[in-house]
Amino acid sequence: MNDQSPLLSVRDLKVWFDVKPQGAMPWTAADKLKAVDGVDFDLMPGETLGIVGESGCGKSTLARAIMRMVPSEAGTVLWLGNDLLTLSKRDMRVHRKEMQMIFQDPLASLNPRMTIGQIVSEPLKTHHPNLSPSEVKERVREVLDRVGILPNMINRYPHEFSGGQCQRIGIARALIVKPQLIICDEPVSALDVSIQAQVINLLMEIQEEMGLSLIFIAHDLSVVKHISTRVMVLYLGNVVEISEAAQLYRAPGHPYTQALISAVPIPDPKAHENKEVLILDADLPSPLDPPSGCVFRTRCPHAIAECAQSKPPLTERGNGQQVACFVL
Amino acid sequence: MTDKLAQPFQQAKTAEMAQGMLEQEVQGRSLWADARARFLSNKAAMVSVVALALIVLFSLFGQSLSQFDNETIDWDILGNVKEAGRPSIENGHFFGFDENGRDLYNRVVQGSRISLAVGIVGAVIAVLVGTLYGATAGFIGGRVDSIMMRLVDIFMSIPYMFVLILLLVVAGRSITMIFVGIGLTAWLDMSRIVRGQTLSIKNREFVEAAIAIGVPTWRIILRHIVPNLLGVVVVYATLLVPTMILTESFISFLGLGVQEPLTSWGALISEGVKSMNYGTLWHLGFPLFFFVVTIFCFFFIGDGLRDALDPKDR
Ligand SMILES: Nc1ncnc2c1ncn2[C@@H]1O[C@H](COP(=O)(O)OP(=O)(O)OP(=O)(O)O)[C@@H](O)[C@H]1O
Ligand code: SF4
Ligand SMILES: [Mg+2]
Repeated sequence: MNDQSPLLSVRDLKVWFDVKPQGAMPWTAADKLKAVDGVDFDLMPGETLGIVGESGCGKSTLARAIMRMVPSEAGTVLWLGNDLLTLSKRDMRVHRKEMQMIFQDPLASLNPRMTIGQIVSEPLKTHHPNLSPSEVKERVREVLDRVGILPNMINRYPHEFSGGQCQRIGIARALIVKPQLIICDEPVSALDVSIQAQVINLLMEIQEEMGLSLIFIAHDLSVVKHISTRVMVLYLGNVVEISEAAQLYRAPGHPYTQALISAVPIPDPKAHENKEVLILDADLPSPLDPPSGCVFRTRCPHAIAECAQSKPPLTERGNGQQVACFVL
Repeated sequence: MTDKLAQPFQQAKTAEMAQGMLEQEVQGRSLWADARARFLSNKAAMVSVVALALIVLFSLFGQSLSQFDNETIDWDILGNVKEAGRPSIENGHFFGFDENGRDLYNRVVQGSRISLAVGIVGAVIAVLVGTLYGATAGFIGGRVDSIMMRLVDIFMSIPYMFVLILLLVVAGRSITMIFVGIGLTAWLDMSRIVRGQTLSIKNREFVEAAIAIGVPTWRIILRHIVPNLLGVVVVYATLLVPTMILTESFISFLGLGVQEPLTSWGALISEGVKSMNYGTLWHLGFPLFFFVVTIFCFFFIGDGLRDALDPKDR
């Protein structure tokens, strides 16, 4: 594949939810919750894009909008040259096998009434209905073996497995149709630390083998650091920074990224001495009523008058770093 | 996930290492199998199942044990039921005679059949209509959901017992009318329960996963939503049967229910109460016994099912 053309190209994507205040009359107009408010990024084949941000900043919503699981207000999602948002339902279904998703709660993402074999084969049966049962079974065993689940477990049920094993089963389900992109929505947040590393390593191995692209969502930077080529930082539905992973950790551009990085615990005690933790005062503003201008200004130590006037655009800072800030 | 649940896997893993490639597939324990095991170990529920099965058999084949039928009037007995109409094994009138000189055993068989039919038909209507209605409203959501559920609210706000009695008085008493009345109201609660369940299941991650995979909507409903709300539906339907029987009995007790020569437990009990003063207590005792035992059986079974089906879901 041509490395120059992106696999996925998202432009000005907006997802707004209608939210009614509690106890509202049926005829009052709904408030708009801007969960994702104008996100742009490209994803190259074989690349891993990490997405970080606080809880509620719209990471999952962004992922679900790309998969067209929630309706988008505006924008385009170009997948191999097709705008997914304008495709018919049937055409969209064709593309679903090219992009799969892994979820945060490994057990909850598996239907408790289905066996592992039924769960893992579901994407295959959906997208290749003509395969014979024995072929399906063969593929299921193959993919389970790949993720480290014994293939003779196919008649067992999700509750008979541990969290890490359930997540491996979730990965197997995503892999079985040989997708080009897997969106991982906080795939390790619910797991023990020791198991987190195993699952991340498994994802990286598989990515290498299959030349997959990954979108890897997490709410803290330390997890994404290991796996990402580039990292995108979201704040209240806005991209505040996209950088090469190494560059972002070395020299975070945006004040919000700086605060996040300063909060990552450093194992090296020497580095710890001159480390200053930037504490963000004030609470996260409500996404129903975001600040004018720069969305971060209510918590930004560098804010100036201009920040309240207009939204800072994402601008190139060299070294593959894009930052949305007037000051830094 | 606890270690205990991971244990079978660990054991299997060790076994596999020991004997090389283990080709045999391990059989899983489905939630249904778990529930069945829990239900089978529930003594009260199992006793109830047996008792209920006997009552159903009695209502279906009870006549064949007796040489009499439910409509022939024994003129010799009439007027002297208290003395000559007592229950007796020797003369084959196991439950004695009713006030009109008919064999009470066969009357009770006939009444059981109708009462059980009312209960079961009511529950079946509730399951079919209520599940479909509730699942549709819950899954489609939005405006359709609002309209459908407001309609249910409106139906529910009608004092249906009052309306039913009015209907029976105006349109005449008939078994059809009772079926219609009970059928019209039975599904309302069920549709609410199913809708609530659908809403919560719809937001579970495995349904999202299925949507992300691209599974068609009807398959999501059949494979993912329905199996996960079936437990609640089954429990509620079981508890609904005695409610239906009670409703019918209440109406019959008021004298508005099934009409002679048909009868039901409620009608028989009502007659039994009327003739209690004459000292013919068996007129009340036999139908009451079947009625009470059946109601208790259904409650115990419903309870057992709830205990068996629920714990995993909480
Ligand atoms: N279906 C919905 N209807 C209304 N609001 C929603 C809906 N889904 C999400 N939101 C809101 O959109 C915002 C973003 O939610 P989202 O789940 O994308 O956050 P997140 O970054 O994934 O958070 P987390 O780290 O907790 O998963 C939140 O304020 C949330 O309340
Ligand atoms: S634009 Fe202003 S408020 Fe926003 S991050 Fe930069 S300095 Fe802070
Ligand atoms: Mg999320």
